[in-house]
Amino acid sequence: MSAARKILLLGGIALAVWGMSYGLWYAVFAEHQALEEIGSSLAAGFGGAAARNSALAERALQQYQQAKYVYDRQVDVHGHWIGLAMVLIVLGIGLDRLAFSERIKILLSASTLLGSFLFPLGVLLQTVDHGNGPRALAVLGSALVIGALAAFAVGFARKPAA
Amino acid sequence: MSSSHNAATGEPVIPFDRSETFAPLSARRLLVLGGIGLILIGMIFGDVFAVFVLHQNAARIGASLSNAAHAALAGDGAAVLTNFQDVGGFLENRGTKVDTHVHMIAFGYLALMLSLLGPWIALSANTKKRLAWVFLNGAGLLPIGVFLIHYVGLAYSPLKAIGWASIFADLGGLLVIVAALSYLFGLVKNFVAVQRAAVRDDLLADASAPGRLLLAGGVFLVLLGFLHGSYYAATDLYRHEALDYSILSQVSIGAAKQNGAAVERGLAAYGQLQGDKAVNIAAHAHIIEFGLLSMLLAFFQPYVNLRERWRQRWALVLLLGSVLLPVCVLLELKYGLVAGGLADVGGLLVIVALLAMWVGVLRYTGQLDAGDAP
Repeated sequence: MSAARKILLLGGIALAVWGMSYGLWYAVFAEHQALEEIGSSLAAGFGGAAARNSALAERALQQYQQAKYVYDRQVDVHGHWIGLAMVLIVLGIGLDRLAFSERIKILLSASTLLGSFLFPLGVLLQTVDHGNGPRALAVLGSALVIGALAAFAVGFARKPAA
Repeated sequence: MSSSHNAATGEPVIPFDRSETFAPLSARRLLVLGGIGLILIGMIFGDVFAVFVLHQNAARIGASLSNAAHAALAGDGAAVLTNFQDVGGFLENRGTKVDTHVHMIAFGYLALMLSLLGPWIALSANTKKRLAWVFLNGAGLLPIGVFLIHYVGLAYSPLKAIGWASIFADLGGLLVIVAALSYLFGLVKNFVAVQRAAVRDDLLADASAPGRLLLAGGVFLVLLGFLHGSYYAATDLYRHEALDYSILSQVSIGAAKQNGAAVERGLAAYGQLQGDKAVNIAAHAHIIEFGLLSMLLAFFQPYVNLRERWRQRWALVLLLGSVLLPVCVLLELKYGLVAGGLADVGGLLVIVALLAMWVGVLRYTGQLDAGDAP
């Protein structure tokens, strides 16, 4: 088996297991609490409005915004890690049909794997750091994946038959 | 299984025989039929959910939120809480059904991938077969458990926040993880083995026109989905998040100040925002999933026992539906029910094409078992 295929298959399955384990941990230890916080803070915001207490309503809604921000990213990360892992595995399986040299295949495979790990990681880090670092990581990761995938598309189109 | 010798490398070559790898109740056959079956059920469930539950549920959520805002406007705190409890129930109903749909399809994809990896997994045929059963049981248990969460709730649960349905869903997830980890172990074992069997899988050597069409079309769909997702993240995601907070803030402050007009404006804007977010996320997810499905099905074309012309037709139908659904979902906000109806037709095209291919695989298994496979 070629090195490029190893990167994609082993990396893809490892990433899928990683994403599933994260999802399992999240479902057991974090999701219910997150949903509870989102619901209760939103209700508290409107409850504050009913009590004509704008300051309380505002505080509760800020809490809702923060909880929702974190929840959306945590769920997205789970889905994206596993989804990207699947793309990696399928690309690995079909690698023989790619009309590039082995060196380019390795480069593309490594780039796709790295991007597939970094992009959701950058999204996840946004939950603890609202600065530009995590965003830059997510952009870099997605750029690596998109660039490599475009090259894969060209490679498959150049030599569709094995 | 026959053995030979590789003249170039001198390594012992043990090619995999197609009839053996797809033998009755073999891991590959279980995973292929089970995987396509999971995808089909997940898609049909998704279509039924979209037609009969999604929009009605969204209307109920909107109505409850509106009632909560009006209760706040009237200064009725108790009614606010009651309406939010209703919203929570509707959201749970929606969320668990979306999760059922998504997980069933994702596990179907994973089953197909594991079946393709079979020849590289250095485990005995019996172990692989058992793992396939473990995987399929987990892949069935998790979505069923998730679906039941809304109906079972916390009844008879030994835990404070997690009900029996959740516990069984998590157990299903654990089974899937165990199976996937075992496959990974087998794959690593194959790589580190000093003497390993050469893999010659007819599925990967296939160069038929339908296979090429599905593979190239699938990669293109996935790329389109990635580009759309990036565009959405760059232009709309943060704006939508900011709007979500500012609109709700406008509604609650409007209610606190007894400004009915501000509350109504906010509620209308909130509904529009939720619709905008939903169509973008649905289009992004569906085009990538269909692309992946198309790529996977490309490898299984040798098992689809239909005439070449029909295999090509079904490949085209699948790709057509895969484009039609996400594009029409994106157009739903502008063209309403017409676009929504066309999106459902797109989903139906994918389901029909997939069903046709599944029937083709079943025909192949029948021929194989009768001893006259091509």
